Amino acid sequence: MTTESNSGASEGGLVFHPMDQFKVTPLFGDGPVGIFTVTNVTFWMGATLLCIVLLLVLGTSRRALIPTRFQSIAELAYGLIFKMVEDVSGKDGVKYFPLVMTLFMFIVFSNFLGLLPMAFTTTSHIAVTAVLAMGVFLFVTILGFIKHGFGFLSVFWIGSAPLVLRPVLALIEIISYFVRPLSHSIRLAGNMMAGHAVIKVFAGFAAIAAISPFSIVAITAIYALEVLVAFIQAYVFAILTCVYLKDALHPHH
Amino acid sequence: MEGDIVQMGAYIGAGLACTGMGGAAVGVGLVVGNFLSGALRNPSAAAGQTATMFIGIAFAEALGIFSFLVALLLMFAV
Repeated sequence: MTTESNSGASEGGLVFHPMDQFKVTPLFGDGPVGIFTVTNVTFWMGATLLCIVLLLVLGTSRRALIPTRFQSIAELAYGLIFKMVEDVSGKDGVKYFPLVMTLFMFIVFSNFLGLLPMAFTTTSHIAVTAVLAMGVFLFVTILGFIKHGFGFLSVFWIGSAPLVLRPVLALIEIISYFVRPLSHSIRLAGNMMAGHAVIKVFAGFAAIAAISPFSIVAITAIYALEVLVAFIQAYVFAILTCVYLKDALHPHH
Repeated sequence: MEGDIVQMGAYIGAGLACTGMGGAAVGVGLVVGNFLSGALRNPSAAAGQTATMFIGIAFAEALGIFSFLVALLLMFAV
């Protein structure tokens, strides 16, 4: 979708195509993009990791009794995710807290960094989110089989339902289980891509003098909404990881 | 000519696929609305259920996202 995104730029009324911002380009030179090419994705992922390290390592390194601003943010994020893992996956899910925390911090920071003007949103690409979601899916499935052996298959067999309904429900459960990595990844990428494209569409309208005040107000409002969505989507990704973990740890309904 | 008709069909299909997002909007609205009407009756129990509300929103939203995916596929992959 990135390679063909600018094909309609000349025919449309807009100065630039709203999907142009999702193009992967090499950071140095104009060569083709290979596996090891340093691109803008590499740069913004590095920036994401740097910001996380700065916040979590430097922010909490002084361990002040009266927390500084950065220490407060780090402690808030830690507390929020820890409580969520404990509430949703149960006491024995706490062991997998580092996984959920890593996913949440990576996604929330790449979402927020993507909101900077001229920035590239790494999570707007299905390739990035699919790796995260597929990792969670494989991890959860393998964990379920390690913990319960073939008893893990009872996650598809709902014991509390009437016996006649169980095969039908099992079919639905199997489909919904295997659709998980798809919906998990596309929810995040779709939300990010749609939000940024809408901002760009309104930015294109700002060039027309008659409606530019309305357009600038709309950009401000949508930007505020996008800040909210950036956080909520990271939270939803983390909470769904917890739900899947709970299914792997306690497959019996 | 033939390619034009195929492309026209793809664009019409992409537009039609977007109507699926309306269903997701209704679903998310129902989830949050019912959560609020329950939460206002028993505010002390509401705080513990926000996580459940977000899970419900995520599931309702997933199907709208699928229609978005179909639209994208028709726009860029067909």
